[in-house]
Amino acid sequence: MAKPKVATTSLAGCFGCHMSLLDIDDRILKLVELVDFDKSPVDDIKEFTGRCAIGLIEGGCCNEENVRVLQDFRKHCDILISVGDCATMGGIPALRNNIPLEECYEEAYLNGPSVHNPKGRIPDDPELPLLLDKVYPCHEVVKIDYYLPGCPPPADTLWEALVALLSNKPVNLPYELIKYD
Amino acid sequence: MSENLQTSVREICRACNNDRARMMDIVLAVQAKYGCVSSEAMDTIAKAVSTHRVEVESVVSFYAFLSSRPKGKVVIRLCNDVIDRMHGADRVAETFRQELGIGFGETTPDGQISLEYTPCIGMCDQAPAALVNDVVVTELHRSTAQHIVREINRHMDPRRLVTRLGDGNNAHQLVQAMVNNNIRKAGPVIFAPSDLGAGLAKALAMSPAEVIRDIKTARLRGRGGAGFPTGMKWEFARGANDQNRYVVCNADEGEPGTFKDRVILTERPELLIEGMAIAGYAIGASEGIIYLRGEYAYLRAFLEHMLNECRNWGILGQNIGGKKGFHFDIRIQMGAGAYVCGEETALLSSCEGLRGDPKNRPPFPAQKGYQSHPTIVNNVETFCCVTRIMDKGAGAFAQLGSSGSPGTKLLSVSGDCRSQGVYEVEFGIKLRDVLKMVGGEDAGAVQVGGPSGRMVGPDEFDRPICYDHLATGGALMVFGPECNVVDIARQFMEFFVEESCGYCTPCRVGNVLLKERLEQILAGRGEREDLAYLQELGETIKTMSRCGLGQTSANPVLSTIQSFPAAYEALLKDTRTDGFRPTFDIGAALGEAQAIVGRRSVHFAD
Repeated sequence: MAKPKVATTSLAGCFGCHMSLLDIDDRILKLVELVDFDKSPVDDIKEFTGRCAIGLIEGGCCNEENVRVLQDFRKHCDILISVGDCATMGGIPALRNNIPLEECYEEAYLNGPSVHNPKGRIPDDPELPLLLDKVYPCHEVVKIDYYLPGCPPPADTLWEALVALLSNKPVNLPYELIKYD
Repeated sequence: MSENLQTSVREICRACNNDRARMMDIVLAVQAKYGCVSSEAMDTIAKAVSTHRVEVESVVSFYAFLSSRPKGKVVIRLCNDVIDRMHGADRVAETFRQELGIGFGETTPDGQISLEYTPCIGMCDQAPAALVNDVVVTELHRSTAQHIVREINRHMDPRRLVTRLGDGNNAHQLVQAMVNNNIRKAGPVIFAPSDLGAGLAKALAMSPAEVIRDIKTARLRGRGGAGFPTGMKWEFARGANDQNRYVVCNADEGEPGTFKDRVILTERPELLIEGMAIAGYAIGASEGIIYLRGEYAYLRAFLEHMLNECRNWGILGQNIGGKKGFHFDIRIQMGAGAYVCGEETALLSSCEGLRGDPKNRPPFPAQKGYQSHPTIVNNVETFCCVTRIMDKGAGAFAQLGSSGSPGTKLLSVSGDCRSQGVYEVEFGIKLRDVLKMVGGEDAGAVQVGGPSGRMVGPDEFDRPICYDHLATGGALMVFGPECNVVDIARQFMEFFVEESCGYCTPCRVGNVLLKERLEQILAGRGEREDLAYLQELGETIKTMSRCGLGQTSANPVLSTIQSFPAAYEALLKDTRTDGFRPTFDIGAALGEAQAIVGRRSVHFAD
């Protein structure tokens, strides 16, 4: 029987959650025995090749491309998991939610101390995704099935959750894996 | 210049005895003279009355009619409550905007005219209405709005806008207002002819305890809406161990849709003043305060005059009615545009020269009220009932109305009906009969008791108006068969969000959440779970809020869900099977960036 497939992505995140996934160390060999990776930065597959069992989402939605990717994940994955605090709550990127969008653009492209922009224009290249009015947690945009909190969630948390899901067993996360103080 | 300011501000303070408790009078006088209470003025006031500057600033920042930044010499405040909008306030607003070339909340570049919105100014029976400084202009439409702006630009004198005078005392030389009384039905208690001083004379012939006993026999309950037994309140105050007691009249009629006190203050002020004197005698007070809402400033000179007349007639003054040692007098305390000050403890805070923050209860005002002395706070109409009970007897009063709610009630009827105005009816009358009387038989919904009351539909029109069924402080807003009750509830929530004093979280935050969820439902993004959410949150706000404002602010939502489930159902989307609640709107989320960057989205082209 073909192995179930897993896809991952980092939206408005820092890749820290992906690094944490790599932190499962040699268990990654076991993981590869359990699953195949589809669209993911891990294998650099850009587009979905088929239906996936699990999608891991790092980061919230700060721009239109994030929304597109997230909707694409929802379409192709049976189970979506918000991994980490940015996906779950917006996290650090959501600090901009109290600042008017225009000020964010101006700081990034016009007024920032390291900006060199002699024409003084905010770029309108379609390659640069438009920013959303604020940073949204993933579950406001699509249905999310599970949440793994943490910044990032520890490797063991990710491992336990994935193995439980793939082997169709209840997730057993001991207190040490979900406490963050 | 600034020395002039300081001198004149110091003079204003001195005229108020440099008394910190009279902060409201001081800042109102400064505002009237300079169009604002500037930072410098605040410093001067603080020094003159020996308090901290923050005390002054907290008052100035609290009230809608006060400001620390200069406003125009003339401020146009257009009333934007539900009824005014129903009658075209939005068109009037548009005309003001066009004619003045400014938006709401702005001042013309020459600093002459400011334009603002204000919640209900007590003119729903002649809406849309506006305040131009203190002057009330009513029944506005596009052309009158245009006329107002042109006239003001020409002479800057709001008083000259009044070209026709209203009926009764509205035409009195000290009022000179275009306001109409619209008394549609006079009843036996408030609007029947009265024998001046008879009630007080009969009260003085009894002992104070007997007066209170009579009020209890009449089973008089507070007319402001809550319906607390008046006699019991008085007894608490009388029993309190403190010789300084106060009688306060709540004339801060801010509940949208209510305007009956306006008519009493115009036509029956002597009935009110006499009632306060009787209360003073009953509880052993020598000082009374009428807290008059800022919107009714146009009645102030007239009321001062009536107080003087009552002094001449021996209703106020020393040894009243020959009763040795019974002295009683009344002063007027102006409010400055804060709905929450209609709540009695907030009202007392305001009288003491503070922000209109409600106080913790207990202790209740009857034990520790104004300046920590025992104080009774009663509604304008309640005091009028007192006078009549003393004059005509408790039995006669108790025979009127229904058993749990004796007497008559003034109803302020406005909205979709033929004859808006004030009706004095006996308690116990069915809502359907009231609607017949006012010409609103085909009503689709009636808001009983203003936004803090409840919205009822046709299947409840046979319920009686009284404390035990449809309780009301006086407001009846009639909405036609085509009305959108959810949108009306949203407008009410807008009002509460604006008027919450912000002290406690359930009210400050909860009302905003209720409003936002209603907006989602109205935008077609609501789901069935939203109703449960609204109900749960509404109940939380109700039980967890500190004062009456928050304890009733969820009512528009709760009562419309209860009485008009079909109106909500029609707006809800089918619940998805996966339980996801789609609130995200990509179009709205991208609008701003598209405007800033100057191109359309490529990912979401449609």
